[in-house]
Amino acid sequence: MWSLEEIFASFNTGNGFWNPILWVIAFIVIFLIVYIIRGFGNNAYKKGTSQTQAFLSGNKEYEKTQMHVKGSNLYWGWTESMKWIIDLLKTIHTGNVSDYILWFVVIMGILFITVGLI
Amino acid sequence: MIANIPFIAVALLVIVGLYAVIFRKNLIKMIIGITIIESGVNLFLITLGYREGSIAPIYTSAPEGVMAYPVPQALTLTSIVIGVAVLALMLSLVIQLYRHKKTLDVRKFGGDDQ
Amino acid sequence: MNGLETIMNHAPALIIAIPLLGAFLTPLISRVNEKLRNVFVICILGITALLMFVLASEVFTSGPVTYVFGSNLQAVQQNTVIRILFEVDGLSAFMGIISIILAFVASIYSWGFLEKETGLDKYYTLLLLMTAGMLGMVLTGDLFNFFVFLEITSIASTALIAFWTNKEKAIEAGFKYIVVSTIGALFILFALALLYGQYDALNIAKLANSITFTFLDKIALILFITALAMKGGIVPMHMWLPDAYSRAPASISLVLVAATQASIYGVFRVVFTLYGNVISLPQISIGWILVILGLITMLVGVIMAMIQTDFKRLISYGAVAELGYMFLGVGTGLTVIANSNPQITLISQPFAFEAIKGGIFHIINDALDVGLLFMVAGAVYLATKETSINKLGGLARNMKYTTIFFIIGLLAISGLPPMNGFASKLLIYESTFQLNPILSIIAILSSIMLLAIFVKIFQSVFLGPKIPKFDKVKEAPKSMLLAMGIVAAIIIFFGLFPDLIITNIVEPAANALIHNEQYLQWLIGGV
Repeated sequence: MWSLEEIFASFNTGNGFWNPILWVIAFIVIFLIVYIIRGFGNNAYKKGTSQTQAFLSGNKEYEKTQMHVKGSNLYWGWTESMKWIIDLLKTIHTGNVSDYILWFVVIMGILFITVGLI
Repeated sequence: MIANIPFIAVALLVIVGLYAVIFRKNLIKMIIGITIIESGVNLFLITLGYREGSIAPIYTSAPEGVMAYPVPQALTLTSIVIGVAVLALMLSLVIQLYRHKKTLDVRKFGGDDQ
Repeated sequence: MNGLETIMNHAPALIIAIPLLGAFLTPLISRVNEKLRNVFVICILGITALLMFVLASEVFTSGPVTYVFGSNLQAVQQNTVIRILFEVDGLSAFMGIISIILAFVASIYSWGFLEKETGLDKYYTLLLLMTAGMLGMVLTGDLFNFFVFLEITSIASTALIAFWTNKEKAIEAGFKYIVVSTIGALFILFALALLYGQYDALNIAKLANSITFTFLDKIALILFITALAMKGGIVPMHMWLPDAYSRAPASISLVLVAATQASIYGVFRVVFTLYGNVISLPQISIGWILVILGLITMLVGVIMAMIQTDFKRLISYGAVAELGYMFLGVGTGLTVIANSNPQITLISQPFAFEAIKGGIFHIINDALDVGLLFMVAGAVYLATKETSINKLGGLARNMKYTTIFFIIGLLAISGLPPMNGFASKLLIYESTFQLNPILSIIAILSSIMLLAIFVKIFQSVFLGPKIPKFDKVKEAPKSMLLAMGIVAAIIIFFGLFPDLIITNIVEPAANALIHNEQYLQWLIGGV
């Protein structure tokens, strides 16, 4: 159906090109290089002693189910610093279906002034 | 001026219907508001097909005279049928909601519950 | 063979008629046997998909196909246009392919997902009705026909969203969806009546030929854009979308994505084809309005998604953010084209064509990616009966294939190479940068935040220690894995060979939008 030239062509955006086959080949080559470098490492360590435990600045490590960070606690720093806009958006999203239609009428009014009268 | 009264009526019906949907808290009143908007749009469609001094567009034993346009009347019939189906579905959903929650206040149905 | 020729000639009508016939036969067949009904539905959707692909291949190579109901084209061209026409051009065929692929995958997925529920004969009937409605919306060339199919789709979708009637949240979501749908459709009918009253025509091509930009036409344009954008989930009218997507069964969320994208198709059809000759007349270009709506949609969708804890609600806010990319891409193209003759503009400022191509390619990418993520969410819900991501954890040990599919969906939706999301987003980034750098910065920023959101779900749900309550969860059933596999294979194929897809499928669609004289060619005559 399509020639081999067409299948592996790179597509041309206005300012450059992108060819995923070249990306995959580059990824495999770099992965092999990293794997070989990893193979030069030191292989002698003792399992089960304190050499394989995580270092938490000297604190005790609790068991795994207590240490797992749950979904709503991730990105705490980001949600805390953007609290002003997140609270504003939460009060707008009321869940009241009359407010949905109110927004529709507001946008219709704004577009009417922009397109119709200007 | 008297020929413009149906168009003014259409505008008033649509505004009253939108007011009922936006500013009323009872679910049944919101459904009635949607029905009023639909009546307004149907009235607009029929008014478009009227010619001055015309009779109904039916051919059997028709008296002499200009006939009104039949196409908007066909569009209006389709729209009325769709409106009936939507109204039936909305009312059955409200019945199920009342069985679960025992209230018809729309503010109690909000809830992102995050 | 003569029979095959006849079928190919009548393909647009058969594409609508076969799902409708199947929808009416399904309750009868389900009284005989349950499995026979599932196989029957999958076969009906498969036959429709074959017909759609044949029609699409013909449209992509040789221009729009016009189909008149009950007559042939020559008789219509000589008299006034009073019959219903189906006009399939590049963009219609593109949207038709998306709709039928998603409906076919949803029917395979429902076999395993809803096996233990009752009332399934009504479910399959409504699914086939909804497919017929969506396909009718994108194939038609007549405005009132568009309104009727829009109402069919929204009525069928409401009943499917409220499928689990023992949960009050699902019925609430269905009620909100039908109120929003009905008001949107009534205002579309109002705008249609305004246009009919002035020009005495309901056919899109005939209206496009005779439209001038009077004051009533401006009101009709605003009503069309706002009502169709509300049905399509553009901020700030998007608030029904997370409720409807998150409380429907997962296979219905899949088909709802295609239904909302058909409304976005409606916006493009009205702005580019119906008002195509006069779109350069407003002072403030319609393109800038689309760009600003797209930017606000991206930002609000991503910020609201960061704070959710329900699995499917999070994915649906991500879907809202992805809708902004489509408007951004196509709006950028419109700002340039609206100023002058399309031929001169495209040569002097080629980024407009790339932007429109990026926006349209993003439609199919978004449908596939969000569909795959919803299917994974459905598989997790079936296995654990939990929807909150705080209570889940450590599922990758038991559900290996589901985890792999989630990783593919995560990479695709945030635009990382080599998946298909990167190809379309690269087109959008590079072309909007040349209009104004700030647009490109906001687009890249929201991509990064989408990656953050989905990595959050991945870490919280699939990784982590073993929770004793979920020790015995089983992998998803085979039919669900097959459905997820089909979509993942298409995503990887589109990602590895984007040039093939863009030159053969996306470029005819973008050309059909810009050059609207192709749409009018049967009316005016000539080449």
